[in-house]
Amino acid sequence: MAKTSKAAPRRTASAGKAKPSAAKSAMDVVKLARDPARPHIFDYIREICADFTELHGDRLVNDDRALVCGFAQIGPRKVLLCGHNKGATVEENMAANFGMANPDGYRKAMRLMALAEKFRLPVVTFVDTPGAYPGREAEERGQAEAIAKSIEFMGALKTPVVCVITGEGGSGGALAVAVGDRILMLENAVYSVISPEGCAGILWRDGAKAPEAAAALKITAPDLKKLGVVDSIIPEPAGGAQKNPKAAAAAVKKAVLAALAELDGIAPADFPALRYGKFSAMGRFA
Amino acid sequence: MSWYVKPETPAKIPPAKALWEICPRCRAYVPRKEWKDNGSICPRCNYHGRLKARERAELLSDAGTFKEMFREVSYSDHLSFRDASGPYVEKVEAAIGKTGETESILTGSAAMGGIPVALGAMDFAFMGGSLGTGTGERIARLCEFAMEERRPLVICSASGGARMQEGILSLMQMAKTAAAVRRVKDAGLPYISVLTDPTTGGVSASFAMLGDINITEPRTLIGFAGRRVIENTIRQKLPADFQTAEYLLDHGFADSIVERRELKAFIVKMLHYFGF
Ligand SMILES: [Zn+2]
Repeated sequence: MAKTSKAAPRRTASAGKAKPSAAKSAMDVVKLARDPARPHIFDYIREICADFTELHGDRLVNDDRALVCGFAQIGPRKVLLCGHNKGATVEENMAANFGMANPDGYRKAMRLMALAEKFRLPVVTFVDTPGAYPGREAEERGQAEAIAKSIEFMGALKTPVVCVITGEGGSGGALAVAVGDRILMLENAVYSVISPEGCAGILWRDGAKAPEAAAALKITAPDLKKLGVVDSIIPEPAGGAQKNPKAAAAAVKKAVLAALAELDGIAPADFPALRYGKFSAMGRFA
Repeated sequence: MSWYVKPETPAKIPPAKALWEICPRCRAYVPRKEWKDNGSICPRCNYHGRLKARERAELLSDAGTFKEMFREVSYSDHLSFRDASGPYVEKVEAAIGKTGETESILTGSAAMGGIPVALGAMDFAFMGGSLGTGTGERIARLCEFAMEERRPLVICSASGGARMQEGILSLMQMAKTAAAVRRVKDAGLPYISVLTDPTTGGVSASFAMLGDINITEPRTLIGFAGRRVIENTIRQKLPADFQTAEYLLDHGFADSIVERRELKAFIVKMLHYFGF
């Protein structure tokens, strides 16, 4: 008892002193990525899109507010834009399940992606979700099938796809709209197979060990770039995107347009094989 | 009658555990040999017990035709991951020692009713059947093999989901395997997915749900989110049959529930319909 209480504060104090303010821990980044003040999908749309025409519904049961889709004008480009919506007010949070999509959301996105493909429009997705919604209706309506189908469907799209991880990239619910030719990631976003809290609960048997899990999972932009999962990192204004949403949105716009330009000239029919090559290389060992 | 139910005795470890299987559902004591000879199905209540990958492969293949492939593809510790109880490498090596498998899916060639197929079977005993980079790579290679030899693809899943010790790269295996099975289907070949107990998380949300035909066994657990996570989110108790094979069939996400004894014949019949 005496031993642990002696050792613990010393460790914390020295860690606090030794760490320069520039070196954020993985958990610090998680907190930034989840900051409610961070720009939301409609903030980005307002700053980036000269026009955004939202289209609703999966033509089956619902219009999922957690995933917003519509045609958009970004600079000189006409695209389909799909993005998670966490909501900016309490009412919106509730309506959008804090950005946790139901099967209806993924099915709406697929319906509109097919339309984009038909008219040769690129697809741009903004990812910011704690994960797919864990609910009874979600399971009844086939959450697993919807995510599986969306992942498969995006992989096979014969049109350019650019994905931006803007905040929280939460597991399958994020990947369901993040299968693209270019994966961009904001500097303070995270992207993970499981939440640090969930991982800590299982592997550390203690949710409070989330900071350790966050570090071990390697979920920050620089780590993901090293692992080959992310193509480029979009720098954020000093202090994070929430300090200067306009500047953050401008950086996102620039990066999206650059990524789309890189994909110009690729024959639509070639995209599925290129995407398969990209994703099948992830985690491959010699 | 070769099985019996111990009346009222609280679950103590039976003295001769090696000789008996206790049915998790009806608590019948079944001689281990009889349990195995019966396909790990309880003779009393028809509970379908979990099979090892090799048992599953043998169950579906014509006798002596299963030949393992891609055994050299194993796990990879890209993250140098360690948690409270030690490094990932130690855990996965322990799983290899325990199961004799080198990844959570066994892949190979086989004949089913005389039809050459590409066959995969996951092993839940191997780290909960989790989807790691090695698992994804084996599935991708199995798909390529199916396409090269114009064989139907049959994959039996059994998994708790992605392997978190391989971090984001395990998540990416969902995209890799979904694209791989899509290529098989686009090549005009059938993909039969057999969802076995349990198939959840990132595996149900990728290749397992993408079969041309999705079949399962009675009372198999299939779902995306865990029951407890959902109950904590919606603050409601869920129905007893929630996320069972029967529940999936009722909601339109399984083509058929097939008894284990009929499974091979069912798949072969489907392949006959598809012209094989
Ligand atoms: Zn039984």
